Amino acid sequence: MTDASMTPAAAAPKKSSLSVVDARTRKRNAAETRFRMYGVAAIAVGLLFLLFLFASILRSGIPAFTQTVMDVEFVLTQEQFEQAESKMLKTGEYQNIFVNALQGQLEESGFEVAFDAKAIERIVGKPGGTIRSFYLENPDRVGTPVSFELAASSRVDGYFNGRVTRDNIVDSRFLMASDLDLVDALEDAGIIRGAFNWNFITGTDSGVDNPGGAGLGASVIGSFFMMLVVLFLSLPIGVAASIYLEEFAPKNRWTDLIEVNISNLAAVPSIVFGILGLAVFIQFAGLPQSAPLVGGLVLTLMTLPTIIISTRASLAAVPPSIRDAALGVGASKMQSVFHHVLPLAMPGILTGTIIGLAQALGETAPLLLIGMVGFVAREYPEGFLSGFTHANSAMPAQIYTWASRADPGFYEKAWGGIIILLLFLITMNAIAVILRRRFERRW
Amino acid sequence: MNDMRIVERDVDTNEVKIAAKDVQVFYGDTHAIKDVSVDINDKTVTAFIGPSGCGKSTFLRCINRMNDTIDVCRVQGDIRIDSEDIYDPKVDPVQLRAKVGMVFQKPNPFPKSIYDNVAYGPRIHGLAKTKADLDDIVEKSLRRGAIWDEVKDRLHAPGTGLSGGQQQRLCIARAVATEPEVLLMDEPCSALDPIATAQVEELIDELRKNYSVVIVTHSMQQAARVSQKTAFFHLGHLVEYGETGTIFTNPVDPRTESYITGRIG
Amino acid sequence: MPFTWLVLIILAIAAFGFVMGRSRALQSAGGDSRDLHSLPVYYGSNVAMWAIVPAAAVLIIWLLAQPFFVNSRVLATLPEDIVSEGSSIGLVMSDVRRVAEGLDVAVAQGAMTREEAGSINSESTDVRERLGEVGVALGSNVSPEVLGGAQLYRSLNATASSIMAVVVLVIAMGGAGWAYSRSHATFRARNTVERGILALLIFAASIAILTTIGILFALLFNTVEFFRLYPAADFFFVTKWAPSFSGRGGASDLGVLPLLWGTFYISLIALLVAVPIGLFSAIYLSEYASPRVRGIAKPLIEILAGIPTIVYGLFALLTVGPLLVTMFGKDTVGWMQGGTAVMTAGLVMGIMLIPFVSSLSDDIINAVPQAMRDGSYGLGATQSETIRQVILPAALPGIVGAILLAASRAIGETMIVVLGAGAAARLSLNPFEAMTTITAKIVSQLTGDADFASPEALVAFALGMTLFVLTLGLNVFALYIVRKYREQYD
Repeated sequence: MTDASMTPAAAAPKKSSLSVVDARTRKRNAAETRFRMYGVAAIAVGLLFLLFLFASILRSGIPAFTQTVMDVEFVLTQEQFEQAESKMLKTGEYQNIFVNALQGQLEESGFEVAFDAKAIERIVGKPGGTIRSFYLENPDRVGTPVSFELAASSRVDGYFNGRVTRDNIVDSRFLMASDLDLVDALEDAGIIRGAFNWNFITGTDSGVDNPGGAGLGASVIGSFFMMLVVLFLSLPIGVAASIYLEEFAPKNRWTDLIEVNISNLAAVPSIVFGILGLAVFIQFAGLPQSAPLVGGLVLTLMTLPTIIISTRASLAAVPPSIRDAALGVGASKMQSVFHHVLPLAMPGILTGTIIGLAQALGETAPLLLIGMVGFVAREYPEGFLSGFTHANSAMPAQIYTWASRADPGFYEKAWGGIIILLLFLITMNAIAVILRRRFERRW
Repeated sequence: MNDMRIVERDVDTNEVKIAAKDVQVFYGDTHAIKDVSVDINDKTVTAFIGPSGCGKSTFLRCINRMNDTIDVCRVQGDIRIDSEDIYDPKVDPVQLRAKVGMVFQKPNPFPKSIYDNVAYGPRIHGLAKTKADLDDIVEKSLRRGAIWDEVKDRLHAPGTGLSGGQQQRLCIARAVATEPEVLLMDEPCSALDPIATAQVEELIDELRKNYSVVIVTHSMQQAARVSQKTAFFHLGHLVEYGETGTIFTNPVDPRTESYITGRIG
Repeated sequence: MPFTWLVLIILAIAAFGFVMGRSRALQSAGGDSRDLHSLPVYYGSNVAMWAIVPAAAVLIIWLLAQPFFVNSRVLATLPEDIVSEGSSIGLVMSDVRRVAEGLDVAVAQGAMTREEAGSINSESTDVRERLGEVGVALGSNVSPEVLGGAQLYRSLNATASSIMAVVVLVIAMGGAGWAYSRSHATFRARNTVERGILALLIFAASIAILTTIGILFALLFNTVEFFRLYPAADFFFVTKWAPSFSGRGGASDLGVLPLLWGTFYISLIALLVAVPIGLFSAIYLSEYASPRVRGIAKPLIEILAGIPTIVYGLFALLTVGPLLVTMFGKDTVGWMQGGTAVMTAGLVMGIMLIPFVSSLSDDIINAVPQAMRDGSYGLGATQSETIRQVILPAALPGIVGAILLAASRAIGETMIVVLGAGAAARLSLNPFEAMTTITAKIVSQLTGDADFASPEALVAFALGMTLFVLTLGLNVFALYIVRKYREQYD
């Protein structure tokens, strides 16, 4: 019961005017504004990091897509061809022919700057081998003018990109300061120019000596095969597991154990999956090292928890009334799930799968342990089936390989690789978002 | 309908505490409150009744500017407390809400101790200089909330551990701790069982000695039990306002009569 | 016979059985499918199921068991003294396997006939050279015992594979036949098929458990092997990490403490960056921001979460590292020697964790009911007071859980530390020095030149075990805290 002993209304509360903001309230409002500012500052800092990151990526990676090339046209006479083929050091002979031809070409166009064969080699490398292979494959071109587009060395490329400048150049067997005048003059004469580096997109990895020739193409194929494995394994297994857990599983200890396992696996560091892949798939089962198949298997196990979690959410979002309606016309439980619930949950499942695949595409750590680093992506696989077993790299692993090589010319390739990787990821995420917007139902 | 207990009560004072004139409230494009003008007296319990969705809670929330927290809500017109326009740009809602307390439909004690629940308001408004002062305020408020005896031995127990009726009385104690002059109650008993309801209604009758109480209720019987003046709202309009006894026995407007007799609502 | 052929034949048996089973059922109902208990397709599927599933199960079990069996038989033929100083039986067995594979390659390329490979002996031929010709590189000369072991290995495997093929095909046909015999109108095919599908679903769900078992097996087995070669007490308590390059143990110091320290230090810096920024972002976005601002800022911050860690690693190595050196290096205050340091990796990891902390906190703050906020505003509190004194205390257990989960993520991170923190293992308080972590060392020990059965390589598994236990422990602890202290609002 009430025991409200009321104090008499004698002590009337002092009435302060509302339109006068008292000092304490002012202080509190100031604290409020400060607090709000912290929040805005936090978001601004986060977004600034994002901006800085993307600016770095673009600035450092775009040069990977350009390449400095040299246009040389000359005629190889039949007797030069035969003479070169008869020599012991064939490519060296072609090299000499090339240098002489270039010298001639430049003198004809009134070239002022002095140069020698060594300088040419430093600028354009040793295209003797390239020239030779061309003529061996196309013997009918002997005697006719042929234009060659030869890639300049990575140092020269760096000079064009601004990486190497007259201030920071260190004379070496790769490039000397005196060569820069020659390069400038060649550029003025239109012989050296920048061009789009298609080889970067379509080519394979090159050895440690040749950063300019490195390409991401083979690794993209490697990633593609890995993603095929992930898609065709994790989607069915993930959907099957989710259907069981969501629709059929009784609430008992075994089901609890499975669910606990799934949420634990989602939090296991990716390097541990790499150890699993190494120990079980390569050592125990003897699958080939550096194979996209093994990478795909490891990534499947990593992606499975993600797909299971998102598939379960999609299945749970389908209202029980649909299941009841199916059962009401005499369908069995399994028929109601496969004929009714699953199709309705499909958009959500596909969205989750695409996002899971996007995450798997960017994973690097497990691939390091199964051998996908180093000079692995040397050539394209031959057939469709060998794509799974032929030693190859994947995009993120290739980027890591380039980043850990000593020659800084590879760094630019690594950044360029990141741009390509991010393009893939953006596309996949965009598809997922579009799918979600178009097909998602609100019950 | 005539089995309602209608008690003659005098209206103790004629002083107008809250004066509302031509108040309009818009939720986005919806015109929720239309041309409401009412004068609410001090030291009186005023009841707002009406069918669901008629705007009584909305109007109540205008009085302590709680509608400010809703982005799409726009309030026009004049509401004055003690002749000061509360929607004047110079007025800080934070200060206003120390003066106008609110009790909500579902008891919402903070997940803190009983002591801290009641002390929260005085702490942020700096009403107590010493710990002893704060203890006094807490005790006084808990007594005013008619719950002191039940909790005085466990002031540091969590507020959420009390029963429904006790929680609501705790919320009332919390509201009066800031020494408000007006107490707004939005259907305070609708989540309580009959015994708790009776306790709170008895409390409301005590509260009117010190505060101007405005209570929104969907129960006409409750309005008849606790209030001296009643305002009937319908579809956003204030249809009729007067002495509780008159409204329930001799309404002027036919809409009021329809609601009282149960034909609408 | 080759594996793919076997699979294709089983599938063909299944397809054939499907057609036959279906038609038999229809026949028994006189051609009218309405008289059948189940739809015709179920009768066909039943036969196909019985053809594939038992055969596949036997196939998988056989493939898993065969290596054990063959390995133990070959092991039994090797003499005790074959294990030389500093080696182990595991290394010898891997030699045997390599020679066997080499012989396979030689036969496949035609450099050797099958009879030759079976009868070759190391007295009359330099096996190493012969295999070198076909591109198989062996580390040392092939001893007679190893060669004998390799030949036995090959012949056992060949026999076992042939028997397996026969057994599996018999089971497939038997299963199909039995199911076919049951195909008639009153047989409840649909129920049987659905039971089969349910079994497959359960199996799929159990793959999660199999994966965990696989991880534990991979880690435990090799960790135990490691502790046989290197004392566990040294691993846990020695404060030096200095693997020797001689490859077969002896002079290595393999203490985990410097690595643990590096891991924790970097994670600490990462959390110092991520928690304030993430938490305040979440508070602002859920309490203050208009829906429009929230709709733009939240997805933008989430982008940080979708960026692969290799990108962050490169960012640390090539951008943040040099930037920090210009700020703190020898040209200014001289604190920093090189670009790779704890500070570099910690900063970048912090950036990566911001969306993680932010979105978890956002969910938790939104879960606090609006009634709490109304109660506080009704008393005249400002928004910041409400957040600081009502909402955050109510959300605290969840936020602590989120921080623990972020810590777990930071501890398990690999690429950022491999590229950004350097390779030096040291116990130092200076955040501008390079300090490596557990994850980075797992990578370097397993991708280096160390021989696979040596302690220097096996230590990676012990490190992996440590990491697994740490992250699991943190996750379980986070869950426990949230569950125990979570506010029950209703």
